[in-house]
Amino acid sequence: MKKIFTGVLALGALGAAAGVASAGTLDDVKAKGFIQCGVNTSLSGFSAPDDKGEWKGLDVDFCRAVAAAVFGDGTKVKFTPLSAKDRFTALQSGEVDILSRNTTWTINRDTALGFNFAGVTYYDGQGFMINSKKLPGINSALQLSGASICVQSGTTTELNLADYFSANKMEYNPVVFEKFEEANAAYDAGRCDAYTTDQSGLYSVRLQTSSPDDHVVLPEIISKEPLGPAVRQGDDQWFDIVKWTYYALLDTEEAGITQANVEEMKNSANPDIKRMLGTEAETKIGTDLGLGNDWVVNIIKATGNYGEIFERNVGSGSPLKIARGINALWTKGGLQYGMPIR
Amino acid sequence: MQEHDISWVRTEMALAQSAPRSEVGPAAWLRQNLFSTPVNAALTVLALLFVAWLLPQVLNWALFSAVWTGADRTACLNAEQGGPLPSGWSGACWAFVGAKFGQFMVGRYPVDERWRIYLTAVLFVVLLAPLLIPRAPFKRLNAILFFAVFPFVAFWLLLGGFLGLSYVETPLWGGLLVTLVISYVGIVTSLPLGVLLALGRRSKMPAVKLLSVVFIETVRGVPLVVVLFMASFMLPLFVPPGMSFDKLLRALIGVALFSSAYMAEVIRGGLQAIPKGQYEGADSLGLGYWQKMGLIVMPQALKLVIPGIVNTFIGMFKDTSLVLIISMFDLLGIVKQNLADSNWATPQTAKSGLIFAAVVFWIFCFGMSRYSQYMERRLDTGYRR
Repeated sequence: MKKIFTGVLALGALGAAAGVASAGTLDDVKAKGFIQCGVNTSLSGFSAPDDKGEWKGLDVDFCRAVAAAVFGDGTKVKFTPLSAKDRFTALQSGEVDILSRNTTWTINRDTALGFNFAGVTYYDGQGFMINSKKLPGINSALQLSGASICVQSGTTTELNLADYFSANKMEYNPVVFEKFEEANAAYDAGRCDAYTTDQSGLYSVRLQTSSPDDHVVLPEIISKEPLGPAVRQGDDQWFDIVKWTYYALLDTEEAGITQANVEEMKNSANPDIKRMLGTEAETKIGTDLGLGNDWVVNIIKATGNYGEIFERNVGSGSPLKIARGINALWTKGGLQYGMPIR
Repeated sequence: MQEHDISWVRTEMALAQSAPRSEVGPAAWLRQNLFSTPVNAALTVLALLFVAWLLPQVLNWALFSAVWTGADRTACLNAEQGGPLPSGWSGACWAFVGAKFGQFMVGRYPVDERWRIYLTAVLFVVLLAPLLIPRAPFKRLNAILFFAVFPFVAFWLLLGGFLGLSYVETPLWGGLLVTLVISYVGIVTSLPLGVLLALGRRSKMPAVKLLSVVFIETVRGVPLVVVLFMASFMLPLFVPPGMSFDKLLRALIGVALFSSAYMAEVIRGGLQAIPKGQYEGADSLGLGYWQKMGLIVMPQALKLVIPGIVNTFIGMFKDTSLVLIISMFDLLGIVKQNLADSNWATPQTAKSGLIFAAVVFWIFCFGMSRYSQYMERRLDTGYRR
């Protein structure tokens, strides 16, 4: 079944690629005046509507950053909420220009489905959460032998869980639920000792428990879920723009350029910063990319650097309060490494 | 000459006496309805205990302890969760519903343009209300306005893009607006199409009959979810890139086709209940086919199947939630979507939002149901004694 499914998608990819490759995505986007961005229908901190119905979140802000790079205006983007099922079709068929929908970068998606991943905007992975009042003294997933664990059925989460426990020769008792909400309610009611899902999700589940401070996310991550924006294969210019938007967000954080100080930074004498912000005389960095030379300035004015986007949507500035962890810059012990803009 | 065999003859009627005390009044009603047998008495007591146990909790949660205003999640958090409310507090977070109310009603429709929706709603009510009240005059004109003119006016008002109104693309629509638009289109198209299909299925013309049967059986044989899923998942792969059908249009077509097929079978049930004599009577009066159907058969058949028709309408109204499959957000969909807003993530948010959606659905469905019962009572002339 899964093979057939992939086959159909691959077939679609061929058809779509043949049609789309004729015109560059950048020209198409410029002609229509906005970027069509595929996001999650609703995922706390990544894409969810606020009180006014505006899309907010890390994935959403990434699309705004690309829009700012292309148009100098972070609002020139329209969002298409996509379910897990129709997200790939939407990108292949050209319905969206970028898929920024907490999509895990895998080889199958990169090759058979015909996508290119521009980078990893969030390193996620499956983790565990426990109620520290109920299970005091547990501070590692390896101590969970014999525990009952709430998990959603039919997801890779369930498989990873089984693999992890059998690899560590531990027993466990899965309590399986069809729906995310059901699993949350059951965990909060104390029907299982631990809850497992992607770590970013654990933080949002924690907010919905009756005593959030009692719940602890354990440090172990048992799967690799690098989430990043994807574009169609076969349009290198567009791929470059999305990829370098991502790097620009990281490089500006590293250089300390923020939404607040970007105008001052334009006067900086530091050659790295001058190159980045396009203030160097006769620079061609932006135009080589097919954009204006002030593309980085526009990005930062619209969304701030990667650190600002992170803190605002999922980090300390949001109710989720996710620690930077491995999503910190490489200079601070994390994995986020921006290629140099020069 | 009078014979007086009978010793006494009453010459005036005895005054009617009031019924025995044990047969009237609240006490008698209680005894007859709630305590007629020991088993019934026990069940009554149990039921009362259950209500006495449940009702205070529900009222307390939904009204007395509920939070009605607030700017974000902290308004609905108790001391353990780091909020201002007392420790152990549990109550509805209506502040969440309040903050998102506009979205729940009309989705992401631009705020400056929302008057267009309100105007459409006012037109809808103004045209619908006299149609529902049997005594109101100008029925024919009213019906033409509601079924033939209103859809175009609503299309222009809601979608815009011509005659001076700006274009509001359908991905921005959502909430109750989408629910009502889909069910209105479903209801307005399904009744006439259903009548035609039902007649077609009973027709003696082989081609018409075959087409009707094939259509009805095909549509009834496939779940709506599958059709919506195919429309959003497969269709884009087969049409040329850049060309895409509006998602709302896909949903509207799907729902209209589905409800017509179901409606056709409901109406066919009514047609089968009409005795042959009615057809023959119409024939003997020299009426043609359409006169026979329109004047004699259909009025009787439709009256018989009012419960079935309204049942289909109510089912359709609730089925609109399936458009979530194609990433359209009806009332339920947009409530669920907003549950992901981390600014409102509390233990009470999901319950409050879902209960709000349930109540809105209930109001509409219950309204339809009551109206259909009223119509039945009004039209059951043939059976009333």
